[in-house]
Amino acid sequence: MEVKNIRIPNMKYEDFNDNEYLEEYVAELRKNGVNIFVGKISDFINWGRSNSVWPLTFATSCCGIECIMCVGAARADFARFGWEVTRNSPRQADVIFVCGTIVHKMAPVLKRLYEQMAEPRYVMAIGSCAISGGPFKSSYHVVQGVDEIIPVDVFIPGCPPRPDAVLYGMMQLARKIKVQNFFKLPQQPQIANSSNHDTTADGNS
Amino acid sequence: MILQPMETVEKELLSLGLTEVKREDNRLTVTLPADKLYGVARYLRYDRPEKFDYLIDIVGMDYGDALGAAYHISPSQTPSLVVTLVTRTGNREQPELFSVCDLWDSASVYEREVYDFFGVRFINHPDMRRIFLRTDWNGFPLRKDYNADPAINPVPPENELISDMERAPSITIKMGERIEEVHQVFDDDEYVINFGPQHPAMHGVLHLRVALNGEIIKKIDPVFGYIHRGIEKICESYTYPQILHLTDRLDYLSGTMNRHAVCLCCEKALELEVPERAHYIRTIFDELTRIASHLLGWGCMCMDMGSITAFVYGMRDREKIMDVFEETAGGRLMANYSVIGGVARDIHPNFQKRVKEFIPYMRKMLKEHHLLFSNNPIARGRMKDIGYLSREKAISLGATGPSGRASGWSNDIRKIAPYAAYAKANFDEVLRTEGLTYDRYIIRLDEIEQSLRIIEQLVDNIPEGAYAAKTKAIIRLPEGEFFQRVENARGQFGVHITSKGDKTPYRVKFRSPSLVLVGALKAIATEAKVADLIMIGASLDYVIPCIDR
Repeated sequence: MEVKNIRIPNMKYEDFNDNEYLEEYVAELRKNGVNIFVGKISDFINWGRSNSVWPLTFATSCCGIECIMCVGAARADFARFGWEVTRNSPRQADVIFVCGTIVHKMAPVLKRLYEQMAEPRYVMAIGSCAISGGPFKSSYHVVQGVDEIIPVDVFIPGCPPRPDAVLYGMMQLARKIKVQNFFKLPQQPQIANSSNHDTTADGNS
Repeated sequence: MILQPMETVEKELLSLGLTEVKREDNRLTVTLPADKLYGVARYLRYDRPEKFDYLIDIVGMDYGDALGAAYHISPSQTPSLVVTLVTRTGNREQPELFSVCDLWDSASVYEREVYDFFGVRFINHPDMRRIFLRTDWNGFPLRKDYNADPAINPVPPENELISDMERAPSITIKMGERIEEVHQVFDDDEYVINFGPQHPAMHGVLHLRVALNGEIIKKIDPVFGYIHRGIEKICESYTYPQILHLTDRLDYLSGTMNRHAVCLCCEKALELEVPERAHYIRTIFDELTRIASHLLGWGCMCMDMGSITAFVYGMRDREKIMDVFEETAGGRLMANYSVIGGVARDIHPNFQKRVKEFIPYMRKMLKEHHLLFSNNPIARGRMKDIGYLSREKAISLGATGPSGRASGWSNDIRKIAPYAAYAKANFDEVLRTEGLTYDRYIIRLDEIEQSLRIIEQLVDNIPEGAYAAKTKAIIRLPEGEFFQRVENARGQFGVHITSKGDKTPYRVKFRSPSLVLVGALKAIATEAKVADLIMIGASLDYVIPCIDR
């Protein structure tokens, strides 16, 4: 079954790898039926949302060079997908690219950044370090994958991934955004709230 | 007979009553008791005509029954000479050594690092905080008896308290009286702002706490460790060929050169003859990496001054190098190309053609970069008369690489102790004298030109033959301590390997050129305006994952 309304320019539906996942997701979302009027408005809003995703400039390590800088610069150019408005404040960002290793000291900071983002918010884990700890898995100070801390929407493997791979991951996230019902967004898992905000090192300056 | 500098030093050390002086190729290793260390260090630093004014690195060591440290020092007049002072303390419960941070400015961070990893406290050091790990971390990870059970140190749910971060303990011995005290880094009435760890212009996850007086910076306290991956500990359980992959990810912008350093160190230990072809290919790869790194550093610095165009231009030129890497090595940023004994595979048939096309292209673009940005009155106005670093300070801080050379300190390992095929190429070490932000900016563009010269001379003369020497399936280094430096894009990158003859090393230490550059930022940016802080930082061009390791 081909899911309707998720056309991505210049890329055929069959060319994407994990369409089954998306189809299951759509079936789950539309189990109880969607009002046609609400559905149409939602599609329209999602068309806008998926074409202007604002990423947070956040990179800890090597993947930042390949995935934010190279993708942002002239050759790969994520402006073609409407992603070029990188935000320095998490409060204005829609998606956080977790580029690079997340270590114990950084984990609370990443969690804080995620909490500061407005919903609906998305997370892309870029590179093997963010996915599982990668080459540093046996280390005493490395978090074994960011999905231990925050929920992840798209995983992009590689060490570091090529800019093309990041673009592919972006398209996958755009497809995910397109099939969601904007008025009934899935519940985000609750994250334990941090207290004493005034006295701890602020994640965002 | 005129004595060589090395023999002179050896004689002097022997006359000081030191007996354990060992000589290996270009390095003197002196083993001395802990109470003599400060006196000998002071003598070498101040009391002889050729002063040992450059502290390369302090390597913390766990000998099993004792803890200790090895100090690599070198005189700036004879930079090829390296003396290693090794000392140890048998007390594992409360290990203490005397600090040398009043002799060399760079010792301050190195000693904090030794404390963080081994728990050795330094007497008379004013700030004995942990440097990478959190204050509530249990244990000292690089000790051999460290318990790595994740239950002891789980992923923390909360950030560290600022009040904990600021408590700096110290031990002083004055007139035979021992004083242990804790002081605050910042006073209560100081106005402190945070830069980072997530900051768009921080070039990574550095956390700077800056005390301001109006817009003048009074004090900077860098907080490291937000990307500390414990690479040195991982290395102890990996075989030598496996370690190579981690070195690429230290300073990812000069990954090829870091890897080269470890390869050279292992080859020196194994006394392995590397084919000439591999030397040439490695040198060309190193220089291409240097160009890519400088282009990125240049672009980022311009972006920090508000010119996005320069950044996009820098990245555009860099893509050409990435294409060359991809064709031959398969990787873009991480070429993963050098291996012990040579390179991983032969060059692609297009390699020479592509490189020869790149050289005139880059020369043309360099002209454009100078025209558009170096001679731009606004940019020059921003960089003029800001961020002065004197030569003496640069040496004392250990600020090597382009940042040190902009202050007039000749410290290029490619000239001092040529490795690979550098001796066969004719190039200049670019030196400037003013030591200002503009010098640190322009020196990178000038170094690109020199790198192009090196490549130009080598690319046509790559000798035929094997691209790698045959090595055994399992590489075991002979017992001993090995130290190798190379020039990476940020300065001197050093590898210290201690081997016990196993297939895994006993201890690996990387000398990060970036760590001391943050120390230099501390020295330069104090009394500067806060608006220039980011630009001064960008002119030093440090890479945070290399600092934190």
